[in-house]
Amino acid sequence: MSVYSLPVSQIDPSTSASERGTFLERLHGWVVTVDHKRLGILYILYSTFFLLVAGAEALIIRVQLANPYNHVLSAQVYNRFFTMHGTTMVFLVGMPFLFGFANFIVPLQIGARDMAFPRLNAFSFWLMAFGGFLLYYSFLGGAGLYGVGNAPDVGWFAYAPLTERSFSPGHATDYWALALIVSGFGTLGTAINIVATIISMRCKGMTLMRMPLFTWLLLIVSMLTLVTITPLTAAQFMLLIDRYLGGHFFDTQAGGSSLIWIHFFWIFGHPEVYVLVLPAFAIANEIIPVFCRKAIFGYPAMVAASICIMFVSVSVWAHHMFTVGMTSVSNAFFTLSTMLVGVPTGIKIFNWIATLWGGRIRFTTPMLFCIGFLFQFLLAGLTGIMLSVSPWDWQLHNSYFVIAHFHYVLVGAVVFCIFAGIYYWYPKATGRLMNETLGKWHFCLFTIGFHITFDTMHFLGLLGMPRSIYTYQPDRGWNSLNLIVSVGGLIQGVAVLIFAYNFIVSYWRGEVAGDDPWDAWTLEWTISSPPPVYNFEEEPEVHSRRPLWDLKHPGDPDWEYES
Amino acid sequence: MSSMPISHPGRTVEWNLPSKRRVGMTALIAGESAIFTIFVVAYVFYMGKSLSGPTPAQVLEVPILATICLLSSSLTIWRAEKAIEDDRMGTFTAWLGATIALAAVFLTGTALEWKKLIYQDGLTVSTNLFGTTFYSLVGLHATHVVVGLFLLTSVFIFSLFGWVDSRQRERFGVIAMYWHFVDAVWIVVFTVVYLIGR
Repeated sequence: MSVYSLPVSQIDPSTSASERGTFLERLHGWVVTVDHKRLGILYILYSTFFLLVAGAEALIIRVQLANPYNHVLSAQVYNRFFTMHGTTMVFLVGMPFLFGFANFIVPLQIGARDMAFPRLNAFSFWLMAFGGFLLYYSFLGGAGLYGVGNAPDVGWFAYAPLTERSFSPGHATDYWALALIVSGFGTLGTAINIVATIISMRCKGMTLMRMPLFTWLLLIVSMLTLVTITPLTAAQFMLLIDRYLGGHFFDTQAGGSSLIWIHFFWIFGHPEVYVLVLPAFAIANEIIPVFCRKAIFGYPAMVAASICIMFVSVSVWAHHMFTVGMTSVSNAFFTLSTMLVGVPTGIKIFNWIATLWGGRIRFTTPMLFCIGFLFQFLLAGLTGIMLSVSPWDWQLHNSYFVIAHFHYVLVGAVVFCIFAGIYYWYPKATGRLMNETLGKWHFCLFTIGFHITFDTMHFLGLLGMPRSIYTYQPDRGWNSLNLIVSVGGLIQGVAVLIFAYNFIVSYWRGEVAGDDPWDAWTLEWTISSPPPVYNFEEEPEVHSRRPLWDLKHPGDPDWEYES
Repeated sequence: MSSMPISHPGRTVEWNLPSKRRVGMTALIAGESAIFTIFVVAYVFYMGKSLSGPTPAQVLEVPILATICLLSSSLTIWRAEKAIEDDRMGTFTAWLGATIALAAVFLTGTALEWKKLIYQDGLTVSTNLFGTTFYSLVGLHATHVVVGLFLLTSVFIFSLFGWVDSRQRERFGVIAMYWHFVDAVWIVVFTVVYLIGR
């Protein structure tokens, strides 16, 4: 019999106003910080800011499309807006949100005092911040020497040869490539950091099979990121070699191939979808058990399914390319491999439902967003299976059906889980709860708006509306559906404004949370809210997957049930 | 600080985790491998697709000396690793110097090769697809050699001042991992560019 203890902090880390220093001193502290919690918060603030920016872009796009022959945006400006919307949402919203959560929570969950490489961590954040600045500076600086161009207008996938010098003069496309190369290096640095942290910094007793599932999935995501973001960086270097040194990688006039860019882009692009959605699963894995008052169902199956998704996801990219004219063998292979992803994903959905089953569910805001996520992600997966069938895809490729499908994944699953995660961990980061009433308003309005917009988009796609068009003729039969989509977008916009208000005001007026407002079970809830700089006064030692449960229920600890 | 003692029947286990530096470098190597894979795929894809000359068979010579130098530098850096682990610092500095010299020979070989290609054969990045893919793949690798050379030279200068001892063996081991990776990539580049592609 050995005796062990989990440290439960009783030191009050709050400081008086004089100790906190002047505004400039505090600002300086944030800029030079290498503390994983502060960097995590910086990531979250950064991506929340860009969520509002790219959301506003989406709304302007929807205003333009609300009526036929609308004149809110010209064709050129429209192209810039959908390019910036897509690029921003993927690289400046999705990825930084995931790294923000990873930075803040992973070291706390594994009982570490910081990330493995704190300075690399800060460097990666500032690289990513600079990448975002560079991308948006193109609105001012993209005109270039020839007075042509502005923000990038080549689509977020930037197909060659449109991106070549002869078709995209000026510097707009260079801003696109350089911004993503810079933020890509930041991403690589953070991914390395997370892998090293999770493998080498776990506290005593936290074997791989005792890690919280959030940490497990972030490990998997980071390993996937290592081999996902780098092909894009490589392809963008090729693009810059073409544009600046007169190379011919994608120059069809000199024997180059535009097809190989499409391959390279989607070798990045499809695993990227899993890089974005696996953190959403990770957040759901934490929140659903806590608010069902049950341990997660099928922990080993969840881990195995996630690893499966990681491996299968790198072999499905060409399902974005069924219409470029591949061989039947390729079409069949990518159809089948894409369907195969449905198997581990299905395992996950069944496990979440089994966790809900018989639980005493508390319908708090984070849980509501997770339930919305479950429902919507199932539908998104089903339309994904539909699109994986190559003959079906030939009909609907580049239509609004595809747009509806991937927004169902990226908004219905990823953004919902990001909101859930913010409501769930906000009290840990700030010491105060977000307002629950406003949270429920946010959830209801956002869900209603989401379904009005994206359910309707499926029908627009089936009726033949292509993506990336800036206007359409009134006799196509798309008028009323487009208006409905735009109205739904506005409702989502109102919901996000409520969220932003709640997010800001709760910092001062929110209910004081205490260390463990949700009665949760992982290590981050053993320390004070907000956590002290050093995280843990002494290194914790764990003996099960739910160390805080063991602490709260000494008579019925988890390790008696785990092998 | 209050802690609640809990009796636990579990065994007191040894708690050893892998070195974070080695894990970090392994992760970096995984990412770098993906970058090289993309450039190698592009090279292979465009083999023989140039619309105009010169072709690889006309202008490329197999860099045997440079290859032998670079590959044997893996051996010398391994000896240096052994030396720093045993705290034989004189031997360490000598093997490290040998590694740097071999890498410098390799880079000189590349420089002379490029000079010949540019000034005699008129092959630049913009000449044809061969030029584009050749300079970017070989240049990407050479960039990694330069970075490695910078790291090794820094350690060499530090060790001349006597600032390096066996306490830095893990840090040096990480640089050595990177160096072995750069050498391994050269085997792939050499095979693709000078054996298959010529």
